[in-house]
Amino acid sequence: MKGYRKYFGKKIVWFLITLVAAVILNFVLPRLMPADPVSAITGKMAQGMTDASAVQEIYKRYEAEFGTDKPMITQFFIFVKNLFRGDLGTSFSQYPRRVSDIISSAIGWTIALQLPAILVGWLLGNLLGALAAYIRKGFDKVLLPVSLFLSNVPAFGMAVTLLVLFAVNWKIAPIGGGYAFDMIPNFSWSFIKSVISHYQLPFWSIVLVSVGGQAIGMRSMSIYELNADYVKYARFLGIKDRKIVGYVFRNAMLPQVTGLALSIGTMIGGALVAEIIFSYPGLGSTMYSAVTAADYPLISATTLIITFMVLVVTFLLDIIYGFIDPRVKAAQFDA
Amino acid sequence: MKNTLKQVFHSSKFLVGFIIFLAILLTMFIYPLVNPGNPLQMIGVGTFAKPGTYVSLYDATKTSTETLRLPDADEKRLAKLLTNEDRVAMVEWFTAMQISVEGLDISDTDAMIDLWKANYDPAVKPKGMTQAKRNYYKRLNNSIAEIGAAETLIITEKNEETGELEEQGKITKTDYVNTNAVANVKRLPLGTDNFGRDVLKELISAAGTSLLIGLLAGAVATLVGLTLGLLSGYVGGFVDDIIMFITNIFTVIPGFVLLILISYSIGQEQRGATVVALVIGLTSWTWTTRSVRSQVISLRNRDHVNLSKLSGHSLFRIILTDILPYIASYVVMAFILQVSSGILAEAQLSLLGLGPRTTEVPTLGLMMNWAMLYSAHTNGSWWAYFPVILTITLISFSLNLMNTGLDQVFNPTLRD
Repeated sequence: MKGYRKYFGKKIVWFLITLVAAVILNFVLPRLMPADPVSAITGKMAQGMTDASAVQEIYKRYEAEFGTDKPMITQFFIFVKNLFRGDLGTSFSQYPRRVSDIISSAIGWTIALQLPAILVGWLLGNLLGALAAYIRKGFDKVLLPVSLFLSNVPAFGMAVTLLVLFAVNWKIAPIGGGYAFDMIPNFSWSFIKSVISHYQLPFWSIVLVSVGGQAIGMRSMSIYELNADYVKYARFLGIKDRKIVGYVFRNAMLPQVTGLALSIGTMIGGALVAEIIFSYPGLGSTMYSAVTAADYPLISATTLIITFMVLVVTFLLDIIYGFIDPRVKAAQFDA
Repeated sequence: MKNTLKQVFHSSKFLVGFIIFLAILLTMFIYPLVNPGNPLQMIGVGTFAKPGTYVSLYDATKTSTETLRLPDADEKRLAKLLTNEDRVAMVEWFTAMQISVEGLDISDTDAMIDLWKANYDPAVKPKGMTQAKRNYYKRLNNSIAEIGAAETLIITEKNEETGELEEQGKITKTDYVNTNAVANVKRLPLGTDNFGRDVLKELISAAGTSLLIGLLAGAVATLVGLTLGLLSGYVGGFVDDIIMFITNIFTVIPGFVLLILISYSIGQEQRGATVVALVIGLTSWTWTTRSVRSQVISLRNRDHVNLSKLSGHSLFRIILTDILPYIASYVVMAFILQVSSGILAEAQLSLLGLGPRTTEVPTLGLMMNWAMLYSAHTNGSWWAYFPVILTITLISFSLNLMNTGLDQVFNPTLRD
């Protein structure tokens, strides 16, 4: 177990380091800019106000709210302390709702949508890519250009196309939202049915976009492995084709897991934008409304929570990788 | 070099990608020459004018006419006037009045109108029909009556002094004008957008801007990535540790999030297309750094590099002459990918409302953002967003196709 412990220990340390870096960046970046965020916000709030002392008062209130009247380093510790308590401040645009409330009502939707969608896209893509590499000939000739084209359709583009086709033209799917607008979330059958029907278009738009890229990656990895010396050697030894194919795809899968870990951030980013198109009540739409309303605390919180999600997923993928990669296993026996 | 190029252009994937890309580029350069003018000029007053050719009605009436006797002219007039919904409504009336509609084909305009004229009576109030619906039928009846009636329209002008209308000319149903003779004819192949701007002109200009953003972002990302990767891989040791530490952190923290944070902090006023491109470039260099580093590490102990070291060449020269040529193909491929992801990043950023400020140049993302804001996708104005999606897809498809082609040329194991 010692090898594993070392591997996981290293991964955990990296997870913590990146987490700290992410928190620092999230804190520092907006404050590095020449413009004073508080005065920008005050400017927006005080539009049309003529009383200078009232504007001054607003400025002071926001200064106190953000604590920008204190030195930077104190501000950072207050920020971190509040983070640990789950306190992300108060939303401007949905005052007096707490940012943490808004986030916690949105995050479930995003996870429920994106995690299965990206996983299904990844699995389907790998399956198709492996098939293309193994069969070659006609299937490959069709699949490769189609995958290449699909993987280049931006997620929001796929979202709009599906929305227009299925919801606007053929009217077989709802136009947007997470559930019918006349419903109140509960555990009734009709509500669940509504959620499922609203789930389809966002789900498939993410799946379709991610299938292409994964298929291409898997295809070239599999072709690479199929031409490797060990395959030829195994063939000479007379090992059954089925068994060889099993080895080959196992080996080709490994880089695909790493690839998923490395691209998960980009994929989530694209999928978040796709959420906006469907007005899906997840983090993407939350971020969009925060940006349009210049709701600074909400933007900062959504970016932080998205980063956190990506870090956790990457960490989990690293852990899974540790279990399936024979090299990490070998390290375990060495120790 | 020549041989490599020959090989590259023999790859069918590269060639197809190259041709698509070249076609897009040529359009960008040629179209503004053919159709000059400011792409952001608002020519339409309403929103989302449909694609088509617009003929000035004023000029058309002033243009000398030719008489054409087309046999199906009346039929076409009727067909254009009676929409499908009108026809369905007419059938509804017939059924409400208990008139047999058996054997009636609703696309047969003549039969429909004959039956209508024979049976419609504005005084009758079918059971359960609302006042609004009855008024609709009255209007429908009027317009049907009009088609049959006036053979000529009379153009009049108001006399300034007497205030009386004076006849200026007549238009009969057989009068035609040649569109070439009409002073003002505007072709809008993709209609107008929500601000009344020519979508095609805007799209071509936007594609250019987006491509420039992509190129700048790609250049910055590749340059930063290459420099860090070379330093990290070749110098090694402490420098390597530091650079890899930073790179590893930024690989995991999604560039998308950084992009949002930075763009938001910069603020709308400072956010020009160049700034957005720079920011995109500065948040997407990690991939290049990682791969360049691993390639340099495999190169740095090769004999020719060692020979150079023994000859006392400077670090700069070794990197330039002994290492760079070996990774050049890879760097070109990375650059191509960065360009396409830069274009995509701009589009996503703009959709979030964090793109370049909106007043100066159109970009593909901004066009998409406007179309969505004015709900072009739900009101059926496909021309405002679909060409944009297609353009983004085609640009990035062609770039990726070129990249795959290059990959197959330089990595023989991937060849078909």
